[in-house]
Amino acid sequence: MVDETTARAVTDPTSDDVPVSLVAELGELAGVAVAFFRGDEVLFPPRERYVAAVAALKAAGFVMCSDLCAVDYLTHMDRVLPDGVTGERFEIVVNLLSHSRRRYVRLRVQIPADDPVAPTLFYLYPGVENMEREVYDLFGIVFSDHPDMTRILMPQDWEGHPLRKDYGVGRVPVQFKEAPGPR
Amino acid sequence: MSDEMDTRPVAKSWIPGERGEQDRDAIGAADDAVVVDVDAGDAVADEELERLFEAETSEGDQELTLVEETDEIELLIERGAILRLPEDAAIAVDPASQGDAADAHFGDGETMIINLGPQHPSTHGVLRVMLELQGETVLRSKPVVGYLHTGMEKTAEELTYVQGATNVTRMDYLSPLNNELAWSLAVEKLLDVEMPARATWIRMLMSELNRISSHVMWAATNGMDLASTTMMIFGFREREMILSFFEKTTGLRMNHNYIRPGGVAADLPDGWEDDVSVIVDTIAGRLDEYDELLTGQPIFRERTEGVGIIGPDLALAMSATGPILRASGVPWDLRKSMPYLKYDEVDFDVIVGTVGDTFDRYAVRLNEVRESIRIIRQVVEKMPAGDYKVQDKKITPPPRARIDESMEALIHHFKLYTRGFEPPAGEVYASIESPRGELGCYIVSNGSNKPYRMHWRGPSFVNLQSVPALLRGSLLADAIAILSSVDPVLGEVDR
Repeated sequence: MVDETTARAVTDPTSDDVPVSLVAELGELAGVAVAFFRGDEVLFPPRERYVAAVAALKAAGFVMCSDLCAVDYLTHMDRVLPDGVTGERFEIVVNLLSHSRRRYVRLRVQIPADDPVAPTLFYLYPGVENMEREVYDLFGIVFSDHPDMTRILMPQDWEGHPLRKDYGVGRVPVQFKEAPGPR
Repeated sequence: MSDEMDTRPVAKSWIPGERGEQDRDAIGAADDAVVVDVDAGDAVADEELERLFEAETSEGDQELTLVEETDEIELLIERGAILRLPEDAAIAVDPASQGDAADAHFGDGETMIINLGPQHPSTHGVLRVMLELQGETVLRSKPVVGYLHTGMEKTAEELTYVQGATNVTRMDYLSPLNNELAWSLAVEKLLDVEMPARATWIRMLMSELNRISSHVMWAATNGMDLASTTMMIFGFREREMILSFFEKTTGLRMNHNYIRPGGVAADLPDGWEDDVSVIVDTIAGRLDEYDELLTGQPIFRERTEGVGIIGPDLALAMSATGPILRASGVPWDLRKSMPYLKYDEVDFDVIVGTVGDTFDRYAVRLNEVRESIRIIRQVVEKMPAGDYKVQDKKITPPPRARIDESMEALIHHFKLYTRGFEPPAGEVYASIESPRGELGCYIVSNGSNKPYRMHWRGPSFVNLQSVPALLRGSLLADAIAILSSVDPVLGEVDR
C-alpha cells in the first residue's frame, strides 16, 4: 500500500521528481516515520510529538491547516504502516498547506481506542475549531484544551458517535416515522 | 343515538378546553348509557391531544434562557466563537475594543442574545446564528449548524465508488459538478489512471460553467439580502441559461452525476460550441448591467464598503479559502497555484481584493465570472477530439450498443453496476477550487469496492468559522450583508 510511487500531476505541479522529504529537511521532525503514496508525503508522528511536529511544520511555511479528520480502523487493523508505527484503532489525519512551497503534507496520528484523547491544534491554527468539534461529534475523540468540545452536527443529547465502525447504519429508528399527524 | 356519536370526528378543535365544552354540551342531551361510552372515548382523545401539545423535539428546550439563569457551559456555547479566538486576534478584529471596552460588556446584563435563523430568509438555508447585541452592535456571535445533517459521509461507506458520485453531488447543491469533480479526482488518484484529454477539457468546461452559475446565484441572493430585487431576478435569469445547457448535456438541471470516476457520463451534445458561446457572450454583456445596477450605486457601496473586514493573517489562521481569502489580498487559487485538470494550459488571472470587506468579496466574485468566461472561450477553442472516458472496461461501462452484441460487454456492464471496481488499498486527498474555496475529498480504501472512509473538506463549513470575526463590531443590519458575502451552502456545511 505505501510505496514510492512517483508523484503525479494531480496535486503537485513540480512532480516530475519525488519531492524532498520534509523529515530530512526539518531537524524537529527527526525520527518521524514517513511514507509516500501517490506523490503525497505522509508523516506518522506519535501522539506525544504531534503538536511539536505541527508547530515545526507551521514554522517551515505550512501556515494553513486545510483539513483535519479522523478514521476508525476497527475493521481494517491490518493496514500497511511504515516500520516503527504501531497501528491503533483511531487515526487523526491532518492536511497542512504551504502556500510558498505549493504543497500539502499529511500527518496521521495513531490514537488508541482505550484512551481516545488528542491534544488540540487550536492554539496553532484557530481554524481547526469546527473540524475538531466534528471529529469529537462523529468519532468521540476528545481534544484536550479545546475551548468548546461540544457536538456540532448531531443534537447535543445524541448518544454514540455515528462514524465509528461499530455504530451500525440504520440502528436508530427514524425519528418522525410514527409521529401522529395533526388530525 | 350511539351510532351517531361513534361516527363523529375524533378531534374537532385544536384548543382542548373549547373542545371539551362542546362535547359536554352534546353529552348533556344524551342518555346515561351513552355518556359513559363517550367519556371514555373523550379521555383517550384528550390524552392524545395533550401528548401532541407537550411533544418536544429531540433537541429539547429550544429557547434561550436569561443570562443569569443559564449555566456556565451553556453560556460558553451561546457566547460565540470569537471568545475562543486567541486574545490578541479577538482584539485585532474589533476596532471598538481598544482597552477594556470589549470585556466590559461581558455578563453585565446589558447585552441581548438573539437568534437569527434557522428559519430566516437571509441565512441561505438552515443556518442559525446566535448574536450577542449591545444596542444594534453585534459583539459576539456563533453559527450553529447541523440542522441539515444527513450523514452523507456514513452513507458513502455503504455505496460503491460508482454510486458515490450520486451521493456527493448533493452536498453543495449550487455547484454539484465541482463536487463530482473532487470525488472523481480522488478516486482516480487512488486508481492511478490517466484521463483522456477530452474528458479533462469537458470537465474544465463544466466546472467553469458551474462556477458562473454559482456566482450569479450568489449575486442574486446577495442582491435580495440588500433589498435589490432586480438583482435577484437578473441572477436567476442568467443561471437559468446555464442550467438549460446542463440539462441538455447531462439530462438534469441539478445533481447531475455527470463527472464520474473514469471520465464523464456522455459526450457534449452536437452544437455545444454555439450554445456555450451564446451563454458566455450574453453573460459577459449582462455583467456590465450588474456593474450599472450595483457596483457604482451609492446605496450598495454604502452598505458593503468597510463592512465585515477580515485581514489576510486572520483569514489564513481561520483556514478560510476562496473569495474570502482572496478578497483579503492573498492570491491563492488552487487552479493557478497547484493546477489540476489542464488549468496550466489556459490563460486567466487570480482576482484579489485589497481591503477584505464585503464589497471586495462582491468584486472578487463578479470578476471571477469574467475570468471563467475567459477560460471557457479558450476551452471552446482548444477542445480536443477523442474519448470522453477511460477505455478501461473495469472502470467505465461499455457503450450501450455493444451490450446487445458482446457477451463480454454485458458481463462488464453487469459487474460494474452491481459490484463496481476495487481500487488498491491506500488513502488520498484531492482538492479543487470550488466557487466557495478549497473543496477536498479524503478517501481511505481497504481494497474493497466501497470506500472505507470518505471525508469531505467543505469550504462552507470551514469558512463559517470566520463569521464571528467578520460580524464583531458591525451593525445588525450589516450582519445580513456579511453573512451573505460568506456564501455558505448549508447542504455542504452539514453534509
